[in-house]
Formats: sequence, structure tokens, C-alpha cells
Amino acid sequence: MLKIDDLRVNYGGIEAVKGIDFEVPEGKIVTLIGANGAGKSTILRTIAGLVKPATGRIRLQAEDITALSPDRIVSKGITLVPEGRHVFPDLTVLENLKIGAYLRTDSLDHDLEWVYSLFPRLKERSWQAAGTLSGGEQQMLAVGRALMSRPKLMMMDEPSLGLAPLVVKDIFSIIKKINDQGVTILLIEQNANMALHTADLAYVLETGRITLSGTGEELLRNEAVKKAYLG
Amino acid sequence: MQYALSIFLSGISLGGQYALIAIGYTLVYGILRLINFAHGDVFMVAGLFLVYLSTWFPLWAALPLMLLFTVALGFAIERAAYKPLRSAPRMSVMISAIGVSYLLQNLATYITGGLPKSYPELPLLSNNVTIGGVSTKWVTIVTPFLVLVLVLALQQLINHTKVGMAMRAVAKDFETSQLMGIKINSVISMTFIIGSFLAGVGSMLYFTNYPSIVPLSGALPGLRAFVAAVFGGIGSVPGAVVGAFIIGMSESVIKGSPFSIFSDAFTFALLIVILVVKPTGLFGEKVTDKV
Repeated sequence: MLKIDDLRVNYGGIEAVKGIDFEVPEGKIVTLIGANGAGKSTILRTIAGLVKPATGRIRLQAEDITALSPDRIVSKGITLVPEGRHVFPDLTVLENLKIGAYLRTDSLDHDLEWVYSLFPRLKERSWQAAGTLSGGEQQMLAVGRALMSRPKLMMMDEPSLGLAPLVVKDIFSIIKKINDQGVTILLIEQNANMALHTADLAYVLETGRITLSGTGEELLRNEAVKKAYLG
Repeated sequence: MQYALSIFLSGISLGGQYALIAIGYTLVYGILRLINFAHGDVFMVAGLFLVYLSTWFPLWAALPLMLLFTVALGFAIERAAYKPLRSAPRMSVMISAIGVSYLLQNLATYITGGLPKSYPELPLLSNNVTIGGVSTKWVTIVTPFLVLVLVLALQQLINHTKVGMAMRAVAKDFETSQLMGIKINSVISMTFIIGSFLAGVGSMLYFTNYPSIVPLSGALPGLRAFVAAVFGGIGSVPGAVVGAFIIGMSESVIKGSPFSIFSDAFTFALLIVILVVKPTGLFGEKVTDKV
């Protein structure tokens, strides 16, 4: 579904991504794992159109989407749940969800019902300012907001960051559920254990290069991965 | 009694006119964190637009054209002088704004020859009216109501429409707004368009009261409106309106007292006091730096 060829990205004066190739097959959960500064976020931000690549091609279902503006990328069906959630704190929960569907002109009722069924908590709090939600609820809102654009591919940047272990478990089970309903997922995580247990396909990223790939289970058994990321 | 009423009327109307300018400062600051120093001069140019347009067209055509040109000017300034500096340090954009301000003043000097231009008499607004024994122009009575209507419409736009929601989102977080598919440049242009439109309406009211325009006519009203915006809490629309009425009222009171000459000194002293005592102003948001 998404195919990346020889992607190089300069970011803040350094080459953060040094020529990577990978693929996200339709309907799967794919994860990129790697340490801080390995270039994971930069890759997602480049796909989302926030950062322009130095070289390389990004294709979505054979269509070249390299260096399109972020709003064009969203309209193609790719959405990014940013690191640190970044809900709009002064907007209500409902407004946050509506703004996720900013480019859509059709009725949102059906999708609102869907998001509320995934996250009943959001329905209870729909009139509350998003800034008053707990960290876990904000993460749910960020995911719900991304789903409101009706994405084919949802990218998630560190969804477990700063959340309690129990909440992390919840979030990952919901990621599975969303995936079961037909949304392809590209996930980056420092919590490699959780990510590999969830993912169909995984890539290991080290200082801007992909050094290892395989199914989630394969990488869970891999000695090098165990040593470096699973402790 | 009559004296107090006349002070009150002129304060309220001055305040309303400052409010329309102050909203332009506060909206732009809310989104770009930029103090648009050219805004007062846009207000002055709006006045000149009507002076020239009214010599070529009847007033019913000249007024809407004046608003249209003023909006186009605000839009063009943003595109030419601020947009190319979007990722530059904030100080650069501010210096660019000061540059635009001088450019407009000098262009106005060039075109008018530096001579005062007299503002056309507007039907109804320029007519005299007597209430409670006080003689004044209709504009004094109309201003607060017109401001109220415009401010309510603006609040409706900001709080209850999709564009308004996008404006609030962009004001908080450029990058996440882009991830929602919002074109931030269109939203920023929109705020300049609204701000310039209101400055255009403001110029119509203000210059009907003070019907002589020189290239520096925008400077002081602009600065007073800026003080009003800071006083009310820059970034907040209701704050700018309340601040403007307070500034307008105190100016009117002082101008009616033996200390008339100190009215601007008082306004700017107020700016210093508010910056020292409550830098966020009356309705200002807590400063949360963008991450």
C-alpha cells in the first residue's frame, strides 16, 4: 500500500534518514522500532508532508505522493497521530473530533458514532475542553481525531509515551481493533516489546538506516533485538 | 450633567472606533504572535481610499470599494511581507511590519503631497443630532451599536463556524493543524482580511469625527488601539473590545479636563503599568509556549 524508496531526509542540519526502503502492506500493522534519534519520527513526518525529503520516493498505491503538502496527504487518506498527542487544549472533545474531519464535507454522524463506540469515554466528555482530559484520554482523542479523516493508513508516533502500563495495553488493543476494521497502521515505538507483539511486520531502525526486518514474532526471538530493545 | 453626557458619548464612540482597530492587532497576534505595526497605517490608507474613491464614484459605490481595497491591502501585505518570513525568527517579521508601516506612510505622503485631505461627508453619519441637550454627530450614536453587531458576528464566526474552529486551532498549534488538513496560509490570510475589514469600518467612523487625514493619521489611533489590545490581553477579542472602551473613555475624560494635553501620556503610562502589573492583560491567556 505504502512504498518508500531510498528516502533521505535532512533535519536540523544533519542527515536524519540515510536512504531507507520499506513497505507497508495493506491491512497490516507495521512497526518501526529503534532508539531515540534513530530517525523514526522524521520518517513519519516526511510521509505526512511536514518535512521535505532530500531524495527518494513515497508512493501510496502506486501514486507518487512525495513532497505533497500536508493537506493533500490527508486528502489521500494518510493521517498522523503526532507524538505527545497534541490535542487542541481549548477546543472541546467534539470540536477536536470535528477538526479531524476538516477536509470532509459529508455527514460526520456515522464516524462520530464509530469513534464513540471505540472510546466511550470521549462521548461522556464530548463537551469538555480537551486540555482537561487525562493523558490516556488525550491519546484516545488524538486517535479518534485521526480516524475522523477516514484514513486508509494511520501513522502513530509513540502512542504509549508517558502513559501508565494499563492504559498502554488498552491503547494497543484498540489499535488492533481499528486495524481489524480495515485501517492499515504504521506505528513507531520505543516500547519495542508492546509494538512487536502487536505488529505483523517490523523494521529495526538504527541511526537513519534499517538494519533488520521481519515479522513481529521473528524479531521478538532475534537475539540482537532482545539485547538492544527488549532488555 | 450635559457635560458628563457629552464626555460619555465621545468616550464610547472613540472606544468603539479603537475597538475595531484593536481587534485587528489582537487577531493577528493570536495567530502569528506578531505585532502588526502596519495595522494603524492600513487604517489611515483606508481613509485615503475613501477620499479618492469618493471623487470618482458616488458614495454608495465608494464605500464598499473602500472596504474591498482595504481588505486587499491587508491580504497583500501579509503575502508580500510576512509570509516569506514564516520560519524566520519573530523579530524579523516584526521589523518587516515596521518597514511596511513606513512604506505606507511615505507612499501616502508621496500621493497626497503631505497635505491634509478632508474626509467626505457621509450621509446620516455626518449629520448633527441633539440628545439630552448635547449636540453631536450621528456617528457618535451609531458607533457603539455597529461595533456591538460586528463583534457579535465575529465571535459567532470564531466560535461556531468551521473557519473559526480552524483559526482557533492554528492559533494554538501550526503543525498539528496542518496534520488535520488545514491550510494554515489560508487561515492566516483570513485573519488579515477580517482585521483589515474592521479597520476599514473603523476608519469610516473615526474620520467622520476627525475629518482631516494626513499620512501620520493612522499612527496615534493605531498605537492607542494597540495599547487597548494589550490592556485587554492581546490575543483575546473580548479583551481588545473592553480595553478599547476603557482607553477611549479615559481619553475622553482627560481631554475634557484641564489636563487635556496629557491624554496620550496617560494612555501610554497605562501601557507601562499594565505590562508591569499584569502582563497578560485583563483577559489574556496564560503564556504557554508552543512546543
